[in-house]
Amino acid sequence: MSAPFRVERRLDCPAWLNWAIPVGAVATALLAGAVLLFFLGVSPLAAYTAMFRGALGDAWGLSETIVKAIPLTLAGLAVGLSFTMVVWNIGAEGQLVMGALAAVAVVRYAFVDSAPVMFFLMFVAAALAGGLWAGFAGFLKARWSVNEIITTLMMNYIAILLTEYFIYGPWRDPSSLGFPMTAPFPAAARLAVLGGTRVHVGLILAIFLALLFRVLYRWTRWGFELRVIGNNANAARYAGMDYMKNVLLAMFVSGAVAGIAGMIEVAGLQGRIQPGFSAGYGYTAIIVAWLARLNPVGTVFVSFLLGALLVGGDTLQVVMRLPLASVQVLQGLILFCVLGGEFFRNYRIVPVGKGE
Amino acid sequence: MDSSMQQAPLVEMRGISKAFATVRANAGIDFDVRPGEVHTLLGENGAGKSTLMNILNGLYIPDSGTIRVKGENRRFSSPRDAIAAGIGMVHQHFMLVQVLTVWENMIMGLPGLEAILPKKTVIKRIQDISTRYGLGVEPEARVWQLSVGEQQRVEILKMLYRRAEILVLDEPTSVLTPQEVHHLFNTIRQMTAEGHGVVFISHKLDEVMEISDRITILRKGEVVETLSGRNVSKEELAEKMVGRKVVFAVDKTVLNLGETVLETDGVCALNDRGLPAVRNLSLSIREGEILGIAGIAGNGQRELCEALSGLRPIQFGRVILMGVDMTGAHPIEFIKAGVGYIPADRKGTGLVGSMNLRENFNLKNFWRKPYSRGIFLSWENVAGETGRIVERFGVATPGLGVPVRNLSGGNQQRLMLGRELSGTPRLIVAMQPTWGLDVGATEFVRDQLLRQRERGAAILLVSEDLEEVMALSDRLAVIHKGEIMGVVDDPRGVTEEELGLMMAGIPMSAAVRGERSL
Repeated sequence: MSAPFRVERRLDCPAWLNWAIPVGAVATALLAGAVLLFFLGVSPLAAYTAMFRGALGDAWGLSETIVKAIPLTLAGLAVGLSFTMVVWNIGAEGQLVMGALAAVAVVRYAFVDSAPVMFFLMFVAAALAGGLWAGFAGFLKARWSVNEIITTLMMNYIAILLTEYFIYGPWRDPSSLGFPMTAPFPAAARLAVLGGTRVHVGLILAIFLALLFRVLYRWTRWGFELRVIGNNANAARYAGMDYMKNVLLAMFVSGAVAGIAGMIEVAGLQGRIQPGFSAGYGYTAIIVAWLARLNPVGTVFVSFLLGALLVGGDTLQVVMRLPLASVQVLQGLILFCVLGGEFFRNYRIVPVGKGE
Repeated sequence: MDSSMQQAPLVEMRGISKAFATVRANAGIDFDVRPGEVHTLLGENGAGKSTLMNILNGLYIPDSGTIRVKGENRRFSSPRDAIAAGIGMVHQHFMLVQVLTVWENMIMGLPGLEAILPKKTVIKRIQDISTRYGLGVEPEARVWQLSVGEQQRVEILKMLYRRAEILVLDEPTSVLTPQEVHHLFNTIRQMTAEGHGVVFISHKLDEVMEISDRITILRKGEVVETLSGRNVSKEELAEKMVGRKVVFAVDKTVLNLGETVLETDGVCALNDRGLPAVRNLSLSIREGEILGIAGIAGNGQRELCEALSGLRPIQFGRVILMGVDMTGAHPIEFIKAGVGYIPADRKGTGLVGSMNLRENFNLKNFWRKPYSRGIFLSWENVAGETGRIVERFGVATPGLGVPVRNLSGGNQQRLMLGRELSGTPRLIVAMQPTWGLDVGATEFVRDQLLRQRERGAAILLVSEDLEEVMALSDRLAVIHKGEIMGVVDDPRGVTEEELGLMMAGIPMSAAVRGERSL
């Protein structure tokens, strides 16, 4: 008469599930992806092997994965901070772009030969640009309860178009033969790379910030306030915590870190900006933060995983001659399964006994 | 009544068991309701009353056991099934759509053609039922315009409209004045006279003894005894409910009052919807004094408590604490000035359910030494003090790292009380501090409040439990629609009926008869 099982709310989530659920979700996604690959006429096993080899199989692949993981980590930490207090900054992409634009501005207008000074100036400018960009949305929310999801998202487009204005207009490199891009950064504005790879010192910064965030959440008053507000805003108010002040501050810091991600990407890797230079890191960061369950150290690992997925996807396009869209479907499947897996954290499925 | 004893039961539950994870909520419970009787379910919170009734109402599916309605085996998988079988439940929190009218609420969710009957027919039927059972309500009124008592009548009406033969009333009196309780009891008697069966859930012993034909006492998910509602004493019921002897008297010493701690002068505040909730309210409390606030739920008590702890903006008037004007100060200033606030809404406001005991202690202490130094927290010191509170206040917990939502209500309350009292507050604002607690925890909380009084704290005690405020308070104020109807200087010199009149909005001068000077 009725279903052979029923859904029950979990009172408590056992510790092993915290690991088993994401692993199970990725496995499910890969299985579903295998079906997709099969119908595309590709051997799933060969495809996954190619992906794995391409992303992690050799030094070049590994370094590409790390290079992608760096901005993902930084932007993931950024949005994770706002998510911790249940404020939805989904504008990391715009803040990242603004940070990069600020770095370009510093390079253009600050005539400094010293690399450390240049780094410092770019760092501050990018943090301010990203921080103010997000802080404005935070101000609107704190002051007039304007929905930050909408404002941060809209401001992404403003930031991207503003950047393109500079790239196509006043800051276009005159020697680029008409290609829309800014002039290459001088050596003093480039970050040091590790060994002969493309991996730059942004890696160290990303790991350092992740550890710093861990200390922030665990051991500081402000981190405690953020977590309380996120868990129960009523209780936070009752405890005398200032919601408005915290929204402003959290949005500013969140935007600042996203801005730094943009600056690191430009100064560490690309050395200039051109349209679409960010590859949607600010959006992927939302996924990163969720998969890491807002855990800063987890963010580093998840970024590495997603970086590998991006690089592996590139390999898949080249080796298997699959269209970009099919690679994106694979990535979407993983997200879908992981978010779906959250269900099992709160509920469990119980078989209904046979006896009436 | 005797004739009903021989009649076949309307509903018969046999061997009902239900477990949630490892908690046995119901273990082999037998319960039945006969036509024309009021069968009371009596038990402490967590005894399994609500679980049993939610099974009867189709919200939960029992792990084992059978339900027979008029001799037929039934399985309910939703309240819709239950009402179709003639079982209607009136929950503590009403299931009405506030913006719709009474008659619209009647037909909402009805199956088939009944939902599209002409309005005239619907209203006619509502009026028939109202007059028959004394459930006067205006069919065209919107639900939000009605008082809580009237909304309850709409809920009962809704069930009768759906031809319920068995009515389950879950703690129906907790939101009513004594007069409204009287009115409700008349309705219940009318229903039983017409052959309906009523299940009455309560833990107020006086009421239970007044209305019940039979009483089934539950403890820890099992039936202790089913006895006749006649010839039973309050002490006997309490002992069976709790499992040990219960002392009803409160031991209170006479104290010399100290300085004035709190003084409010014409305070006005709005509720969440922006409507006036506290009106021109002036009161004062001195050291070593408990000022009780009696009133029906939703008459501005919460808004008053929030205004006195800085959580709700004050429109007009002033709040003076230890001689300092605190009007408009930030909540943290109130905390720093030594105001402890025990909100009624433990899980929603007073505690963070997903956080552990240490973090919940830290909630109100993170701003001060030794629990933080500079920007850093000192979890070691937090853990030390939390451990001491757990010990002193008898919080039963497997450890300090457990999320507090896993604690029982009583233990949550002990933890919150311990936290609020640990900083030796000057003023304690306690709202419904024993609500939903079992007898042991209730005694403990009351005892702690009295100890704070002896220590010299000023206490504002808001409670909807008249017995409680009358027993604990040194002075007693009655609030109605945000206004103080009067302050009784000796709570022992006033009757429940007189308080009931004041709770219904009649000023003290008119409510209290005779020459007793107050």
